Order: sequence, then structure tokens, then C-alpha cells
Amino acid sequence: MATAASVPVCTITIEQPDEASTRLSLSGRLESGNAARVIEDVLSRLATHPPLRLDVNLERIHYFDDYGSLVLQEIRHFVESRKAAFQLINVPEHVESILSLVDFHHQDYLPTNSKKKPISIFVRMGEAVIIQLDTFKYMTSFLGSVSICLVHGVLHPRSIRWGDTIVYMQKTGVDAVPIVALISFLLGLIMAFVSSMQLEQFGAGIYVASLVALSMVSEFGPIITAIIVAGRSGSAYAAEIGTMQISEEIDALFTMGFQPTLFLAIPRLIAAVIVVPVLTLFSDVFAILGGLVVSSTMLDLTVGTYITQTLEALTLFELMWGLMKSAVFAVLIALVGCLRGFQVRGGASEVGNAATSAVVSSIFLIILFDSIFAVIRSYW
Amino acid sequence: MNNAKSDIEPLIMVRQLTSEYGDQVILDKVSFDVHKGEILVILGGSGCGKTTLLRHMVGLNKTHKGSIHIEGHDICNGDDSIYQAALKKIGILFQNGALLGSMTVSENVALPIIENARLSKQALKRLVRMKLTMVGLGEYGHYLPSELSGGMRKRAALARALALNPEILFLDEPSAGLDPITSAEIDDLILMINRNIGTTMVIVTHELASIFALAKRVIMLDKSVKGIIADGEPHHLKQHSDNPLVRQFFNRESRNQAI
Repeated sequence: MATAASVPVCTITIEQPDEASTRLSLSGRLESGNAARVIEDVLSRLATHPPLRLDVNLERIHYFDDYGSLVLQEIRHFVESRKAAFQLINVPEHVESILSLVDFHHQDYLPTNSKKKPISIFVRMGEAVIIQLDTFKYMTSFLGSVSICLVHGVLHPRSIRWGDTIVYMQKTGVDAVPIVALISFLLGLIMAFVSSMQLEQFGAGIYVASLVALSMVSEFGPIITAIIVAGRSGSAYAAEIGTMQISEEIDALFTMGFQPTLFLAIPRLIAAVIVVPVLTLFSDVFAILGGLVVSSTMLDLTVGTYITQTLEALTLFELMWGLMKSAVFAVLIALVGCLRGFQVRGGASEVGNAATSAVVSSIFLIILFDSIFAVIRSYW
Repeated sequence: MNNAKSDIEPLIMVRQLTSEYGDQVILDKVSFDVHKGEILVILGGSGCGKTTLLRHMVGLNKTHKGSIHIEGHDICNGDDSIYQAALKKIGILFQNGALLGSMTVSENVALPIIENARLSKQALKRLVRMKLTMVGLGEYGHYLPSELSGGMRKRAALARALALNPEILFLDEPSAGLDPITSAEIDDLILMINRNIGTTMVIVTHELASIFALAKRVIMLDKSVKGIIADGEPHHLKQHSDNPLVRQFFNRESRNQAI
């Protein structure tokens, strides 16, 4: 007798007492360990002699679980799909109890045809439009609620969570200083390096300083800072709020009488608007430093000339213009991050999608708005 | 089919198990056995280390202080291959179900089966459907876990835990947070699976009704000794335990009601 040995044994015998019927006897253990093999075995043997009527004798089965009933299912399906009759005989009590547990006698578990009908292209286009409209509606209502909360915040400054705001300022701003500084420094280095090769040919090496200063302060400083902040913090906003959304924390806030927008979005928005321009200032300074390093080592510029030239090229207007742009980018990053977070429904994978989408959308919007600013400036 | 050897040697042996979080000792030198085919309930007040003990038994919490043998193999001190082999013999029902949210109920149940059994696609579908029928969710295979109620999610998680017909099933609070009817149904399901398939069950719970319905044997943990204060049949313990705490627990009395 087979005990709980490593390979469970099931003996299969097929007899044909008369022309019309075939008798399949299974004995031993029929369980998860050998079900796949038994199915394969029995079906291949039945395929060579297709029965007209199959009696399955289970008298000497002494262990049977739901994988066993899967074996019987497969055999029954095989037999019945060939218009033959299928019958279980001598079913022991313990087998019967499993069979009734899985409702063997009433269902065939024929896999329902899960192939959906192809949906017409118009239906799909319609659905896509509806989804877009819904998103737009949600976006509008989110923007509305942010505006209301901001007005409310101005009228009642105590209703804004300043403690949280400080924390987000640190997370978004202070913690980002090293990476912003490093990237900007390298960027200044590269820019000075590339431009010096060209400008040297005309003996205009001195203009490396103006080029680095102007392009960083009015264009690349704000953009590179905004992209770093979008990647670091925009995604974090979306993930934090999204996780709170799926764990019902936002519902809890709402029922406690808090405005989720005021509670979660406004502190992040204020923090971003304050720290991103400051980060941009860091970025400008470090890029100019990078340019300085290249110019003073590779060109024959002294530190003093470089700085003088930089100050001459820059105007206060350029600086303010760059900082104003970076404040706008900060608003975009914070709003998109929070919006994507609030839009999360469902489970863990949705949080990931929200974070991804927050970064992608905010980078797109940053570039888009920067182009708009460029156009405005050229018609100024 | 019991064989004589397994009647003597317990399926799970826990010996001198000590569990610590930092400096805090949660369990101190706990020893007990689980025998083949039995339903053992681990119970105790909140914070006594029930769930910690369960997590040790399935190897999620690791310690080298003490040993846990599953079918004679030490999963605490042995190497990883022993633990991986032991994992194939056990199924776990987590407290909140722990169904993967991005997959449908059917896909969740099919996941361990695809990994471990070579079945045709059609057979796999049938088997999953059968598992779900067993827990009363036959029609809900294409739903996402987030679309199900708490009780249904638990049943689906139970179907997944049972996917490979494990020898031992660990259940963490199977009826927590469910209404009495649903929780009684889950109890019936557990009993039926134990009776028909012979799965050994280790259950952590503190629902009295479930304990009396399910357990032939309970072990009770308590914070005061950081270990087992009672081991036996629940009805017997309720009446005759020497420890007033144990009687209070089973009679649902508050601490100051004690005689």
C-alpha cells in the first residue's frame, strides 16, 4: 500500500468487457502530486481506443483530493465531447465527499468562452473620449478646489498646515540641494567647455562667461531644477497621496471634516513654490562656478575677469524672469503630483502608474510652458 | 491514510523558540508540537505574540534561538534549500488576504499552480474554477480583489492558500472583521477541508465561537510568561484550567471580574 512516499502511485487499468463499454479502474492515490501525469496517461490511452461508454471504477482509490476530481473532469470532458457516455461506479464515501465539495455532479466547468467579442472602433473611440472628458472634469474640479482652498488660506492663514509645509520644504528643497548643485555644476562645466572651443577661434573666449550666465539663468537653470524636482518630489507627492487614497486615509480625513485638498495639496503647493526658485538660484550659482572652473583652467581668463563679465551680461530682469518661470514650474509640479495622487483608485499598481504619470506629465508641461514663455518674451 | 510513523513523530516541532524585537523579548523558549491532521488554534490576548509565533513557523520571521522542524527538517537553522522545500508543503492565509491587487481572483489562485504543476490550460482553468467553487466563489473568478467584499476576499485568499493542497495550512485570523454568519461559514469550510483532504491546520484567532467550533486542541499564549500558559481541549480548559486567566478568556470575563 502506498504511503506518503515521495512519488504518489496511481494504477490505471483499462478493460473492455464487451464491445459497447470500457471500464477504467483507478486505484491508489489520486492527488496533486500525480494528477497531471494520470490525465496525460489516461487520455492518451483512451484516444487510441475511443470508448462508446466509459465506466470509471474508483473502488480502490484510497486517497483522493480535488486534483483527483480534476482528473475525472478531464476524462469526462474527453468522453462526452466524443458523444460517449460517462459514469462513475463504486465511488467510495471519501471520494464522494470531495466530489460534492467541488460540485462535480452538477457542473462540467467547461471553460466559458472568455474571448470577448471584438468591440467596434466607434465604441472604443467613444469610450476614450468619455475617459478624457472625465479626466478633464476631474482636473477642473481639482483646480477649482485648489483655488477655493487658496482663497480660504489667505483669509484664514491659520487653517493652512504650516508644520507640514515646513516638512515638505525640507523634503522638496533642502534635500535636493546636493543633486541640483552637482548637476548644475557639471552642466556649467560642459557648456563652458563646448562654447570655449568655438569662441576661442574668434578670440572671443571672454564671452564664455556671458553665454553660461545668460543661458543658465534664463533657461537651463529653471528647467533643469524643475525636472529634478518633478522626478524627486512630484512622483513622491503622487505616491504618498495615492497610497493614502487606497488605504481610505483620505476618506477618513474627509469624514473628520477636513478638506483633503487643503490638508494635503496646499502645503505641498506652497512648499514647492517657495523652494523651487531658491533651488534655481543654487543651480544658477553652481553652473556659473562650473563655467568659472573651465575658463580659469583652460582659457586664459582670470577669476576676476570672468566674474566681471558675468555681472555685465546679467541683468536683474533676466534673473527675475528665470525665477518667475521656476515658480510657475513649481506650481505645475505640485498640482500634477497631487492630482495624480488623488486620481488613484484600486491597488498598488495604480500608485506606481500615478507616480510615473506625474513625472511624465509635469516634464511635458514644464517644456510646454517654457516654450510659451519664450514666445511671450520674443513679442515683448 | 495515516501511517504508523507519522502518528508518533509530530508534523511540526517547535523547540525553545525565542523571539525578540530589538531588546524586547516577545516569546521566550516556547516549545510545542503539531500533529498530522489536527486543527491547532493558537490564542491569547492582543499583543501576546500569536502572529509573531505564526510568522516564525512559516519562516517569515527568522531567529536562531530555538528550532522549528517541519516534517523533521529544521527551517530555522538549516540552509535555504530546506526552507524552500518546506514552503512547498505549507499554505498561508494572511490576515488581510494579501491577494495581488493587479490580478483577478482566478489569476491569483492560478499563480502557485502554474509554478508547480504541469497542467494544460484547460485543466488549469477547470482546477481554478473547482478551487473557487470549493470556497463558494465559483462565479467570481473574473473579479478583481478590490471589487469583492471582505468575506469574499478571505475566501479567495483561502482558495489560493489551498491551491497546491498543502499538508499544513496556516491561517492568521481567518474570521477577523467578518460578520458572524460569514465567519461561521469560513469555519465550516476549514472543518470540511480538514476532514476531506486531511490538511493540518494551525490557526491564530481570538474569536471564541470559532475556537469552540474548530479546535480539538488550543495553546494559549500570554504576555506575562512570554510563552504558553495552557495547552489542551478548549471546553476542558474553560471549566477546569488552574489558571484564572485562561478561564477568564474562555468565559469572556474582564480582568476584575475574576474570582
